[in-house]
Amino acid sequence: MSIGAGRASSAPVVGREIEPTIFELSVDGRRAGPLRTTNTPEWSVDELVPSEHRRVETARLPEVSERDLVAHTTRLTHRQYSVDLGAYPLGSCTMKYNPKLCDEAAGLRGFGNVHPATPAAYAQGWLELLGTLGESLCAITGMAAVTLAPPAGASGELTGLLLMRAYHEGVGRQRTKVIIPDSAHGTNPASVTLGGYETVTVPSDARGLVDLDALREKLDDDVAGIMLTNPNTLGLFESDITEIAAAVHEVGALLYYDGANLNAILGVTRPGDMGFDIVHMNLHKTFAVPHGGGGPGAGPVAVGPRVAEFLPGPLPVRGENGTWEWFSPERSIGRVHGWYGNALALVRAYSYIVANGSDGLRRVAEGAVLNANWLRHRLRGTFDIPYDRPNMHEFVAAATNLKANGVKAFDIAKGLLDEGFHAPTMYFPLIVPEALMIEPTETESLETLEELAQAFERVAAKSADHLTHAPYNTPVGRVDEARAARQLIATEDMRPKQ
Amino acid sequence: MAHYVPHTDREIAAMLEFTGLSSLDELFDCVPEALRLAGGLDIPAGLSEFDTAAEMERLAGLNAGADLICFAGGGAYDHDVPSAVRRLAGRTEFVTAYTPYQPEVAQGVLQALFEYQTMVARLSGLEIANASLYDGATALVEAVNLAVAASGREQVEMSDGVHRLWQDVVQTFAAGTGHDIVRVPLRDGVTDWSNVREAGAVVVQYPNRLGVLDDVAAAAKVARDTGAMLIVAFDPVAAAVLKSPGEWGADIAVGEGQPFGTPMSFGGPYLGLFASRLEHVRRIPGRLVGETADGEGRRAFTTTLRTREQDIRREKASSNVCTNQTLIAVTAMIQMGWLGKEGLVDVATQCARGTRYAREALLGIEGVTALVDAPVLREFAVATPVPPDVVIERMADEGFLAGTATDDGQGNDGLVIAVTEKRTKAEIDSFVAAFEKVVR
Repeated sequence: MSIGAGRASSAPVVGREIEPTIFELSVDGRRAGPLRTTNTPEWSVDELVPSEHRRVETARLPEVSERDLVAHTTRLTHRQYSVDLGAYPLGSCTMKYNPKLCDEAAGLRGFGNVHPATPAAYAQGWLELLGTLGESLCAITGMAAVTLAPPAGASGELTGLLLMRAYHEGVGRQRTKVIIPDSAHGTNPASVTLGGYETVTVPSDARGLVDLDALREKLDDDVAGIMLTNPNTLGLFESDITEIAAAVHEVGALLYYDGANLNAILGVTRPGDMGFDIVHMNLHKTFAVPHGGGGPGAGPVAVGPRVAEFLPGPLPVRGENGTWEWFSPERSIGRVHGWYGNALALVRAYSYIVANGSDGLRRVAEGAVLNANWLRHRLRGTFDIPYDRPNMHEFVAAATNLKANGVKAFDIAKGLLDEGFHAPTMYFPLIVPEALMIEPTETESLETLEELAQAFERVAAKSADHLTHAPYNTPVGRVDEARAARQLIATEDMRPKQ
Repeated sequence: MAHYVPHTDREIAAMLEFTGLSSLDELFDCVPEALRLAGGLDIPAGLSEFDTAAEMERLAGLNAGADLICFAGGGAYDHDVPSAVRRLAGRTEFVTAYTPYQPEVAQGVLQALFEYQTMVARLSGLEIANASLYDGATALVEAVNLAVAASGREQVEMSDGVHRLWQDVVQTFAAGTGHDIVRVPLRDGVTDWSNVREAGAVVVQYPNRLGVLDDVAAAAKVARDTGAMLIVAFDPVAAAVLKSPGEWGADIAVGEGQPFGTPMSFGGPYLGLFASRLEHVRRIPGRLVGETADGEGRRAFTTTLRTREQDIRREKASSNVCTNQTLIAVTAMIQMGWLGKEGLVDVATQCARGTRYAREALLGIEGVTALVDAPVLREFAVATPVPPDVVIERMADEGFLAGTATDDGQGNDGLVIAVTEKRTKAEIDSFVAAFEKVVR
């Protein structure tokens, strides 16, 4: 027999050697363990599937042993940065430490082994958890009712906009526009379009806050609502929020709160008290649901009393005899998820809230805001700080001071990877040139912040020449992103034939 | 109180001094006084880890449904998850990673997603797959949006064979996009396309919500005749032995990826599978991973065609998806790797064997009949002498989750029963015995 030309599957990868794909490790006929023995009659595929429905060529999934799979996947994890390895000063992403307690809670069989169509009487723990989590989120945001179904922040946004639409239609109004600030997250305008509205942008003023006069000029009977992040993406609290809310409500429009930055205000102030009508939360930011490399998250939407009757169903409610039941509001906009949302992510968030409690959540906000302010002070002189005044959980630095040396925000980001830290968010918000948006979160210690500040200093002192080719110490060097788009290879089968 | 803020009191004092503040409260001076929350949040004080764990155990223990032997499907299935898959998917490098926007330190997630995309494309018989969407239902919404944009026509002809909950979700989001969703009826369990004259998108589910191997060829013909995009909502396990969406002529395939390594989890997080023909690549929603190289020519992976995405296109984006279900996609990749080419065929075959065995036995019970008489694979619908909800309730008392209640679209109620590779002959026999008792 001939031995395959491929790489030995469990030979360790050294240095910057690439990891073969699982298909490259595949050997015809190899497989992992057998399935459960069921003793059902052994009818063949030909007997079970009518010929006109039968698949002709078996899908070419890989053929590896369990040992191959474990070695391959474990080597992939060695090529991956994560919160458990180190800090992610990523602005607007709230990459805090994810307590292991929450993982264990989500791993309980009593949660995982329940089919979503199980009758409510047999899923009382689930309904109680969802109902109680909803009550806590209402208390935290100062709202009246909540849906936990949206599976991510952007889904929450779109749900919120559909609620806004249902509310206006319910009172017999035709509205066409939604206002968002020029500092808003990209999901905002995209959600506005999918909600059937037109985006109107309102500028920020010299303070970095919504320009109240400009906003007043744009408010008219066509406006359905405004979407705001508070604190905003510059990390600044919109201190005119009460005046903004009054002006928006005066034209019959609603206020939507983008909860991406909720971490800053836990136990300090509440969107409901600021005048917001609809609030989405990113549980994968504020409530420590791990980010999973890009999900699953959870994006519950809490609303004020005027909007509650339109919430997507079903919602858990306490019945008269103390048991929990499902209930769908009569004027509900309908379902926004196949079942009830990212339920196990909701278990994690619930356990995080129970463990922290009212006192712990306030401490979270204090720690987050203290860390961000300390780091802003510490990095004065290393970068420009365009809005150099007390900030909330994040602040925006700018690499504009290094422009004369030919160094860009992108280079700083790549240079920081060589220092063992993840890069900050860059080129966002769009209103700050060469932006480096930094959010340390409350779970990083003073010692880590100092180390991070020194790493930033070292990178800022490096030459453009050096940084253009950074990073040097990562599993691969600077990745050619343009080539990936120019010559698309999105599967193993799209590679050009040799 | 459990807490995860590491600062000591001395450090807090030093940090405040460094920032020119005298107290933690001063951090919030920028919040107008009238808005500050007096008296703290109205939720209980924090608990220790030990006490929190006890509360979670208490709630988990209230879910008697976790111990029912599962014969329910309807879009969520009780498949086996091997230890290796659970262990690997739980690696914290995957669990606690951020979205791979810095590819140099995210090759692990990126390569896993590239392998996932390859597997989904091959299974669906289409050229390209994205890096995941939220779940099957929301993947269908995105497919409808793409199809309407590509065809330029807002009329969506959707088979009533699509899961009812998925139909609801599509309808919800159509309120924003203005798409016209038309339900195409089932006749004897198979979609009747005879009245469809025009469409921008044609949607068929295969197998459909009654478990029936619907007539996808007929759907494809309607799509061809009307110039519509064909969307096939497929079952990725059944696809191991059934003709793939690509073979049927689909433009877009969507599916629920939960069967690949994710427990039933009360409905989430699940996994939206999304694949399409290559010509639609610039309209594909969500993230896409592509292969490229680093500066020294070493193979590397990165998210690509980013200009489709919301953070760049903003109000011109055709999808707002940002965070999706990466960890569940990585899990699916690992599960498909564990099963492999032959293993997945075995799973589908074993499901089909159990299904046929259970169906024949149940139809032998007096008063239990087939709701529709058409070929099925992994689930099937029966009509029962007592209403399906009552059957489900009584069967739960016997230790079984009997199925999901439904109707045939022609006014007859029924129960959809699913049998996975986990269900043994002995379990099926006792299920049938209990069934016979409760329908009397």
